[in-house]
Amino acid sequence: MQTLTQRLANPTRFMELSGSVLPWIAGAAAVVIAYGLYLAFYVAPPDYQQGETARIMYIHVPCAWLAMAVYAMVAMSAFGFLVFRHPLADVSAKTAVPLGAAFTFLALVTGSLWGRPTWGTYWVWDARLTSVLILFFLYLGLMALRSSIEDESLASKLTAILALVGIVMLPIIKFSVDFGNTLHQPASVLRVGGPTIDTAMLTPLLVMALGFTLMFVAMHFKAMRNEILRRRVRALQLAQVEKAQASQLAAAE
Amino acid sequence: MELLLGIDLGPHASFIWAAYGAVVAVIGGLIAWLYIDGRIQQRKLAALAEQGVRRRSARRA
Amino acid sequence: MSAFLALLKRDLMLSVRQGGALGTALGFYMLVVTLLPLGLGQDLNLLSRIAPGILWIALLLAALLSLGRVFSSDHEDGTLDVLATGRMPLEMVVGAKALAHWISTGIPLALTAPVLGLMLNLDIAVYPLLMATMLVGTPAVSFIGAVGAALTLRSYRGGLLIALLVLPLYVPTLIFGMAAVNGLLGVSGTSAAMLILAALSLTSVVLCPFAAAAALRVQMQ
Repeated sequence: MQTLTQRLANPTRFMELSGSVLPWIAGAAAVVIAYGLYLAFYVAPPDYQQGETARIMYIHVPCAWLAMAVYAMVAMSAFGFLVFRHPLADVSAKTAVPLGAAFTFLALVTGSLWGRPTWGTYWVWDARLTSVLILFFLYLGLMALRSSIEDESLASKLTAILALVGIVMLPIIKFSVDFGNTLHQPASVLRVGGPTIDTAMLTPLLVMALGFTLMFVAMHFKAMRNEILRRRVRALQLAQVEKAQASQLAAAE
Repeated sequence: MELLLGIDLGPHASFIWAAYGAVVAVIGGLIAWLYIDGRIQQRKLAALAEQGVRRRSARRA
Repeated sequence: MSAFLALLKRDLMLSVRQGGALGTALGFYMLVVTLLPLGLGQDLNLLSRIAPGILWIALLLAALLSLGRVFSSDHEDGTLDVLATGRMPLEMVVGAKALAHWISTGIPLALTAPVLGLMLNLDIAVYPLLMATMLVGTPAVSFIGAVGAALTLRSYRGGLLIALLVLPLYVPTLIFGMAAVNGLLGVSGTSAAMLILAALSLTSVVLCPFAAAAALRVQMQ
């Protein structure tokens, strides 16, 4: 009797399952994001201090959430790959990294565009901005390391080790940049004692966060499917070359 | 744009549009790349299958 | 333990006899510190205020420069394979090599800082503390750097890649190193920052050899 993860972990089974689930997740993401945007622009009131600019929050916070969540997922996949040696975990880690980097980049860009009208500057060396910037560099490092090693299985293992080093270092980096004072507003959604943000703004925010998460899942599934196909193509091409060489050898004899 | 959507975003509207625009551009680009990449891989697999190179598991079919 | 010491001694002897590595790192250190005032202007007040930061950042860059060689020369001539199959755990090998890097690069760089501080008009009263933070912080630099060196052993753009992988991981060391120095310059909390810096170094001395050894093992197979 196989467990669900074991059945999912078979690449062929994964292709079948993800193929049938993908359109539904993508559709759900589109609907949820559309509803979230409607709430964000037509229902949510402008912030009494920041005015309309606070509407940037509805994309900034989901991007920042994904920036962190995706790194955690990459680290978990890396752990799964190193411990269980399962290729699908590597496919998951490899394809999530560029997506995570993109969301981190967007969190930085939208945050910067929010900061200019609110704080009067595009960039401050505040604790959260700095730690998200360093998170972005960690993503870049993962991509650079993987692309710089020709042997693919070696690149996978080394990148997995780097991802685990990164997840150990991240809290320390976070702690160190928090050491100074911070200009950023303190955490207002996930905190002890309930959110400090008004429901009228919290609802669209949560809807958008859900929509972005669904969208990431859909994109990740698609990227994993592409990667599995890419590996099949490469394996088949290798087999073809080997076959051709073998027949050449046979002909020469 | 604002007239079209019937909303007034105040004096900093350009920042809001720029932020949403950046998200649309980057995510749109990613989705387009995912789609195109998928098509390319499928075409390669189909080309290989035409030449008679198949995966062991697909040979039965 | 004697094998550990033998390896440490060998690596130190090699770095002394070859000499080039330390000379290059020190030269680079001085050059960075020379270039910065040329770029920032000769305002002595400004320079003395930012001198600890300049010295710390230049130290990180100079240490980084010599990191690539921690494993690569031994990898090229096959010594690393011999060490990996030997009786000493690979973690200990990594530890010995990182320790040798600290002694042969980290300590000299930290000791050169006051000389360069003179050129930056740094208040002499700060020197002992600056050197102390550097001596306490550089083990983290060497051991975290060893992980980067191990990861990039087989990559074909080694040097630049090490910088990209390792510099973000140096952020805590830099921040607490600076926090400790700035403590004396006015703000409180020097001893706290110093303790955290020591904790960072000790933690990386304990944990980094495992990561680096894992990376090396993967590449030896």
